[in-house]
Amino acid sequence: MLYTIVKQNSYQDSVNLMLLTNKISTMEGITKVQIMMGTPANKDILKAADLYTEELDNAASNDMCIVVDTEQEEKIEEVLEEIDNYLSNQAISAGKEAFETVNSWDKAVNALPDANIAVISTPGQYAAEEAEKALDRDMHVMIFSDNVTIEDERRIKEKAHEKGLLVMGPDAGTVIVSGVPLAFANVVKTGKIGVIGASGTGIQEVTTEIDRLGAGVSHAIGTGGRDLADKIGAITMLDGLKALAQHNQTEVITLISKPPAKEVRDEVVQLLHSISKPVVAIFLGEEPHNHEGNVYYANTLEETAALAVDLVKGNEIKSNYNTLHSDVPAVELKPEQKTIKGLYSGGTLGYEAATLISRGLNLGETDHDQAGYLLNADGFEVIDLGDDIYTQGKPHPMIDPDTRIQFFQKAAQDESTAVILFDLVLGYGAHEDMAGALLPGIEKIQQETKAKGKNIYFVATVCGTDQDPQGIDEQKAKLAEAGVIIRDSNNQATLTALAMLGIEVEVGTKEVVPATVEAANVDFTVSEAIEKLLNEKPSVVNVGLKSFTNSITANGGRVVQYDWRPVAGGNPRLRKILSLLK
Amino acid sequence: MYGQFKTIDEANRAVIDKVVSGTPFLLDVVPAKSVIDELNGKVLLHAGPPIKWENMTSPMQGSCIGATLFEGWATNADDARAMLENGEIEFIPCHHVNAVGPMGGITSGSMPVLVVENQDGGNRAYCTMNEGIGAVLRFGAYSEEVINRLNWFRDVLGPTLSKALHIKGDGLNVNVMMARAITMGDEFHQRNIAGSLIFLKDIVPFILQTDVDEKDKQDVIQFLADTDQYFLNIAMASTKAVMDSARQIQHGTVVTAMCRNGYEFGIRIAGMGDEWFTAPVNTPQGLFFTGYDQDMACKDMGDSAITETFGVGGMAMIAAPGVTRFVGAGGMDDAVGTSNDMMDICIDHNPNFSIPTWDFKGAPLGIDARKVVATGVEPVINTGIAHKEAGVGQIGAGTVRAPLAAFEKAIDAYAVKLGLIEAE
Repeated sequence: MLYTIVKQNSYQDSVNLMLLTNKISTMEGITKVQIMMGTPANKDILKAADLYTEELDNAASNDMCIVVDTEQEEKIEEVLEEIDNYLSNQAISAGKEAFETVNSWDKAVNALPDANIAVISTPGQYAAEEAEKALDRDMHVMIFSDNVTIEDERRIKEKAHEKGLLVMGPDAGTVIVSGVPLAFANVVKTGKIGVIGASGTGIQEVTTEIDRLGAGVSHAIGTGGRDLADKIGAITMLDGLKALAQHNQTEVITLISKPPAKEVRDEVVQLLHSISKPVVAIFLGEEPHNHEGNVYYANTLEETAALAVDLVKGNEIKSNYNTLHSDVPAVELKPEQKTIKGLYSGGTLGYEAATLISRGLNLGETDHDQAGYLLNADGFEVIDLGDDIYTQGKPHPMIDPDTRIQFFQKAAQDESTAVILFDLVLGYGAHEDMAGALLPGIEKIQQETKAKGKNIYFVATVCGTDQDPQGIDEQKAKLAEAGVIIRDSNNQATLTALAMLGIEVEVGTKEVVPATVEAANVDFTVSEAIEKLLNEKPSVVNVGLKSFTNSITANGGRVVQYDWRPVAGGNPRLRKILSLLK
Repeated sequence: MYGQFKTIDEANRAVIDKVVSGTPFLLDVVPAKSVIDELNGKVLLHAGPPIKWENMTSPMQGSCIGATLFEGWATNADDARAMLENGEIEFIPCHHVNAVGPMGGITSGSMPVLVVENQDGGNRAYCTMNEGIGAVLRFGAYSEEVINRLNWFRDVLGPTLSKALHIKGDGLNVNVMMARAITMGDEFHQRNIAGSLIFLKDIVPFILQTDVDEKDKQDVIQFLADTDQYFLNIAMASTKAVMDSARQIQHGTVVTAMCRNGYEFGIRIAGMGDEWFTAPVNTPQGLFFTGYDQDMACKDMGDSAITETFGVGGMAMIAAPGVTRFVGAGGMDDAVGTSNDMMDICIDHNPNFSIPTWDFKGAPLGIDARKVVATGVEPVINTGIAHKEAGVGQIGAGTVRAPLAAFEKAIDAYAVKLGLIEAE
């Protein structure tokens, strides 16, 4: 049944009326509806739609004509009400985000004119090009992307150095500037310890430990894993150290690195000895026997953090920070259960565990021939599940639980396995509830091994803080409920796992001896751009992964999101043509 | 390598300078065959790049039948269709004879066309007149009503406007009308009501001075008053005249034409002269009249995208807040966003057409095919939507994107022409 309402002299724009028609037509009980001004052309359209009624004969161009086809007359009242509501409330209020989204560098700079750092998470092959564009706009750069060639890395770092800018990365997972975590980082208390490191998870472990021990971090600068390679020569590490040395609020500097190239190490160490502030340094895998002058050498990440905290608090330095300081859980194991399987999402944490286990077993130098294996000896295995061979076409194990659960199962099936050792890394960028995601797998394994009449033990370290989006206490509680043995640091977790098998790690004490390296006369002047980076909340152009904006806006930084796309969709021939058509 | 220009940017600048200096004047309304020689014979013009009968959309075929009936080459639709299928009637793209045609773009010799002269370049362009909405030839309708209207165009509307323009003498300055209308909310493709009113205001005093019959005067003025989109076709002829003048500079990567025939989308770039680069055409997305939906929408047709080529229409979405909601459910923010995005692929702003709602920035100027390919941002085109079956006519309006592949082919061919890279 057709109902016609003509509202005389009630003009509305045709677009409005089409939108209104769409809206009303979705109402229940309405077969068809058309709302149009009564122009001759519109009347023809109504005729064509079989919606014409005699009442329309006298409708004029300025009359709004509403024709409703419905079996329920009472609906008409509802329709008219809806129409009135719509027409009286046409302002469109789209929910605004806390930041603008743009699709080009120019727009990014327009949207945030004082942007001083670009976070780049494009595919690696494009990252260097985008980094240069940021440097050209006088921005510091954090390159989260990996797969940047070492030649490109050197070129952009040299360019940055000349311009007085810092390039953090490539493959820099973690940076904290002025309390704002970038990419995969934890929310830690702000304080007086400056951290610089060539290892993302190493920085996460040290900064969260500092937080747990009651101190805070001024900045954490990730240099990228290859910065101390001889082809790069620690360009970022040296500039970053000078910057932290000059930064007033930073009282203690902490350096984290894997063993660097010899000449590079010498240059870095020389600089450490030239800084007037105390420096704590860890070269992972090395076994230092002394502190030298103002430079304190640590064996573990836990010790690194503890030394830095004692130094900043003015406490006396202990001669040993690496002993096991919790009870060893009682274990019931079958005779063949003799090994530990370390299944890590954090490469550096895995590397540290491998080093400790190797020391405990007196393996000396271990070779790890297979990619991803950090240790593979006598049934003891430590695997970095974040290694490229496990992440191709798959998300990183910090985000995705599947690979870890598979390796847990594989480890449990190995008759020799007594302990499964793993890490849980919290913070921005990581899974929102990794404990919850891993639990079903852990519980299933425990039930299955119980059914076979034996036990398997899970020992974990949780890297995170109570300020992290996941909340460390909740994550720990979930694991504890399933019987997972939890330790505060990776060192403690590994030592616990070893002790459960009756293996002790011999830990040497360290004393402070005079420095063997002489201080050099270093020019510590830093550029205005670096000074600004270390003294103000950052303004960020986030090139790539949108989720990286969360940590910035939540911690007082400003950000513009650049929804990056490769030039010419990544088509190589068109990219070449564009470079030629100048 | 680029003629007298050192770089592509320099050549592109020369092309867009010609766009800015273009001065189109509406001079006359005349039978198409009197200014387009090719139409003296059994010939029809169509929109878009060259196309065969069998590839035409149903509405475009409907338009052809309508034009065949209108010209009297056939007396009924079946005979007309047979002639068209037999190849008795030749097809030529409007663009090949200095013309542009809306939707199907079907133009025959007896149809009156607007004559616009670009006094800067000294060249002319032609376009049929706007028929209004509903059952109209350009959307594929060919009923008696449609043919009667075409007859009236030929016998009354065309001659009356011609007389009025002759009395005016030196033509109507289209830039002036457009510059005013863009400040009044027109973007010259989906919304033309201000332009149409300005035209009406300018032409009526001269219509009144003509010696045509009072009833005809009355009818002509009434038709112009009723036809909100009348100015669209004036804008099309004018932008065509300006872009053709700019096209004389045969260097660079500025897009000089965009058009669609319902089968392919075609573009030209300055450096490749007359060559078309085509890709399969998209289907417009938009809002529909009751009883119609997206599934019934015909693929994109028409030379009207010459307005976007010039930098108005969808490119200048922000100028027409009244129609921005076709973009989606959004409002002003989306309209600003659309025009801002379009600036990613344009070289400059056109100082002649300042847009109040865009902080008085000028309309986008000079689509650079390189930028389209680099960014993947495809030009937005505002368009009417035809039913995919002939005879139904317009069923809605919305937007469509110019397909990226056409731009990729154009710059590839240009790089090959310049010897920068081997043909693939």
